[in-house]
Amino acid sequence: MQLSREDLLKAYRRMVMIREFEEAVHEEFSAGSIPGFVHLYAGEEASGVGVCMHLNDNDYIASTHRGHGHCLAKDCDEHAMMLEIFGKKDGLCGGKGGSMHIADLSKGMMGANGIVGGGPPLICGAALTAKTLKNGGVAVAFVGDGASNQGTVFESYNLAKVWNLPAIFVVEDNGYAEATSSRYSVAGSQVARGKAFDIPAIEVDGSDFFAVWEAAREAVERARNGGGPSLIHSRVLRYYGHFEGDAMTYRPADEVANYRANKDPLMLFRRRVTEAGLLEGSALDEIDRSVKDRIAQCVVQAKAAPEPTEADLLTDVYISY
Amino acid sequence: MAKKSYRQAISEALSQEMERDPTIVIMGEDIAGGAGAEGEQDAWGGPLGVTKGLYTKFGPDRVLDTPITESGFIGAAVGAAASGLRPVAELMFVDFMGVCFDQIFNQAAKFKYMFGGKAKTPVVIRTMYGAGFRAASQHSQCLYNVFTHIPGLKVALPSNPYEAKGLLIQAIRDDDPVIFFEHKAMYDMEGEVPDETYAIPFGQANVTREGDDATIIAFGRMVNFANTVADKLSKDGITCTVVDPRTTSPLDTETILETAAETGRVVVVDEAHPRCNMATDVSALICQEAFDKLKAPIKMVTAPHAPVPFSAALEDLYIPSMDKIEAAVRSVTGKSH
Amino acid sequence: MSEIQTIVMPKWGLAMQEGMLAAWHVEEGATVSKGQEIADIETSKIANAFESPVSGKLRRILVTGGETVPVGALLGVVADDSVSDAEISSFVDDFQAKFAEQLAASASEKGPEPETVEVAGQRIRYLQIGDGAGTPIVLIHGYGGDLNNFLFNQPALAEKHTTYAIDLPGHGGSTKDVGEADIAGQAKTVLGFLDAKGIQKAHLVGHSMGGGVSLYLATHHPDRVASATLLAPAGLGPDISMEYINGFIEASRRKKLEPILQMLVAKPEMVTGDMVEDVLKFKRLDGVDAALKKVRDAVFAGGKQALSLRDQLGSVKVPVQVIWGTQDKIVPAKHSEGLPGSVKVTTFDDAGHLIHMEKAAEVNQAILAFAAAD
Repeated sequence: MQLSREDLLKAYRRMVMIREFEEAVHEEFSAGSIPGFVHLYAGEEASGVGVCMHLNDNDYIASTHRGHGHCLAKDCDEHAMMLEIFGKKDGLCGGKGGSMHIADLSKGMMGANGIVGGGPPLICGAALTAKTLKNGGVAVAFVGDGASNQGTVFESYNLAKVWNLPAIFVVEDNGYAEATSSRYSVAGSQVARGKAFDIPAIEVDGSDFFAVWEAAREAVERARNGGGPSLIHSRVLRYYGHFEGDAMTYRPADEVANYRANKDPLMLFRRRVTEAGLLEGSALDEIDRSVKDRIAQCVVQAKAAPEPTEADLLTDVYISY
Repeated sequence: MAKKSYRQAISEALSQEMERDPTIVIMGEDIAGGAGAEGEQDAWGGPLGVTKGLYTKFGPDRVLDTPITESGFIGAAVGAAASGLRPVAELMFVDFMGVCFDQIFNQAAKFKYMFGGKAKTPVVIRTMYGAGFRAASQHSQCLYNVFTHIPGLKVALPSNPYEAKGLLIQAIRDDDPVIFFEHKAMYDMEGEVPDETYAIPFGQANVTREGDDATIIAFGRMVNFANTVADKLSKDGITCTVVDPRTTSPLDTETILETAAETGRVVVVDEAHPRCNMATDVSALICQEAFDKLKAPIKMVTAPHAPVPFSAALEDLYIPSMDKIEAAVRSVTGKSH
Repeated sequence: MSEIQTIVMPKWGLAMQEGMLAAWHVEEGATVSKGQEIADIETSKIANAFESPVSGKLRRILVTGGETVPVGALLGVVADDSVSDAEISSFVDDFQAKFAEQLAASASEKGPEPETVEVAGQRIRYLQIGDGAGTPIVLIHGYGGDLNNFLFNQPALAEKHTTYAIDLPGHGGSTKDVGEADIAGQAKTVLGFLDAKGIQKAHLVGHSMGGGVSLYLATHHPDRVASATLLAPAGLGPDISMEYINGFIEASRRKKLEPILQMLVAKPEMVTGDMVEDVLKFKRLDGVDAALKKVRDAVFAGGKQALSLRDQLGSVKVPVQVIWGTQDKIVPAKHSEGLPGSVKVTTFDDAGHLIHMEKAAEVNQAILAFAAAD
């Protein structure tokens, strides 16, 4: 299977969207206009997009604290997302979820999750739904290297294998669980962990869109064909701190600069497609420009959008009570 | 109407609802019992036989034995509910909430709110609670008060077989997450249960006795204790109203306040530990809203602030007894022996 | 005459196993007469006045107010003064000993239970009591009711006749898919029931809407009807309390339903908490709400009775009697006025719509007398 020109443009557009979105949130958070905690996905774009390019609205994903990128990769509306992150009434979740719980079930996005390791059991459930209803759907749990040590993740590997679920676990290993290095916190290897459950597992360079895309293609195909779960260990790079405001004193001073200069996923993608003659630089430039404008517009609108009111405080607790 | 046990009533509700709606699946540890073993695949029906026969009737796609992995499968039930199924998961003992609570209170309970009203999570978690089985501290707790505290969850406590069938059917049809508490000492209790399906609405208390001298508000199994005490006291000329709230969330505050005001003398009976339980909750409600109607201080009859003991001698002392309930009623009415 | 007569806890309906003697209206030593209201008895289903089954001097009271005792338990002893106190004491001891034995023996015994029969694809529940050789009696309840509404009547009628109390479609334990919901459609179901049970002709006893059904059958199928006793029936005028009908449908809570059900009787205290709870249990069954609305819309369209058979009453070929309580708040007793002379009309001033419960003994006598005339 090959990526069409449309697919490539779409993938690039989504990655740029994530980058611009996160850079804008970074700026606005620093300026004090965004409340709460935010955890940015900048630098990890190729991983989420490489996986989600294989998914449609009937497929589910569960995300992490670092959920904006997965949302955008799953095609959630950037405008509604920006309003949500600003806590506004017309945000994607009515201003009640915010950055850490941003979700859109109509797009199969089962939520960022404030609980590390909260998503994988849920994704077993979404996969069970697909299997029971025989609708061909698959479900993907994104987890970080930190979450990979949670019991819920191991329980989910086991359950997905025992029930032969169309589930995919993507361990996005950015090297740090908050401030703690995965070299310290993770015993064994992610791939070996998958294999211990007899789950096909592969390690990929998460900065390389094409590597992720290919690994995910195989996993999704396996899941759709009744072949059960897969695990992808995606090594990614985190440009910002665990949360915004993190001074990152635990990281080498030049680490991020080095990544940005040599391992940037957008840069790698551009180089690959232009060198191969798949896309021309001008088309990519056009995407860069239009996305930048779009995000700038979203920020302006988010700032101007109305806050929720007292009447919204007690709605949406129950469907009926 | 046929006499059926609490166990049969629950099983019948599951079976009839599963026949009606193909999106209902049930899952739990040994709910079929025997998965992958060489003998019978439908061997157990749960440790107390509640789901026995459903595997044979509905097959492995709808009756799922799980590994012992409460976080995993309770979370899976929640995720399945959010994506289109109506799962009924069995958490064998509510004491095991400790290993899966996150999936219930941080995930299922909050989806609708956190996602701006756009989520629907129709999951039912059936769970066994209560003392009396000499099952000691980790298999005997009540804990419904803990779930009642969480916005987004509904909590049902059926007090007899009729209630069990009707409340479980409502739980299954309900679009919100419901924690359904089954008292382990009540599975063999028999009562009239219609063969037909029916749903008992949540948040509507059942007034099981009507009297003039005191109002007993009791929860779950304690409703039966309260009824027995009320019947006994009526022979001594003390008549009691007994209220079974049926669900602690939503709570029928209207009926509680009305019946409390009618007699002005209130006893609240709750098998849970005494701090932050339903008894304190209901007592606070009555004090806030109907203090001027009270003719005597409210009495609470609860278990003590101690883990559930193993020794039969101790456990019998631990469980709120009918004698204690009777003494409390006599005390609030001022009519001693 | 030195006979000792007993007054025992009556059995009101099959489900009744015990009753509470709420209060005596008479004291020990009083002279009571048969039919006199001597006590109030409460069962889990209903509270009602208890009429003395015998006449004479009440020599001994064995159960005091507020006590709950099993059906058949000795409440009092009636005997004239020629019987000594010692004789009465020994009689009582003897009775109590035998009664205890009987109670133990009957614990495992089962009385008659409702059965079901298929009528034109619908499941119809009925209760058969008695196996008399004469023409059977078929009892048909009213809107929202069921076969248990005849709990004070069926056992008495069954002493002389085979009796069948049925649940109309949408009611009791019958199928909740009502099909043709108007009175003609319901009458078709009753005919189908008669066919299914091989009943050529029956004495029909119908209450309220069931009275309308009975009247419909008497006018349209006189060959199948031996007589018709119509208790506060539909079909004789336009009026119907929609406050009751709609209230019955809408009330889903005890507090709301209780005053609605109290409209049925002259003395509201007759309605017990358990009676309200039983109706709520019925209303909770899947399909009942839709059935009740469908029947309402067919039988009481626009808030009026859809069917009037008053004009046909004069030419009806079978004996018809009408019994009404003048305090009826559901179907007014004035519908019993101006009926043709061929129709026997009995009214009671101190009764409401549930005339067969409120005046059970009188209604039973009237039915038996009417049925005996054929």
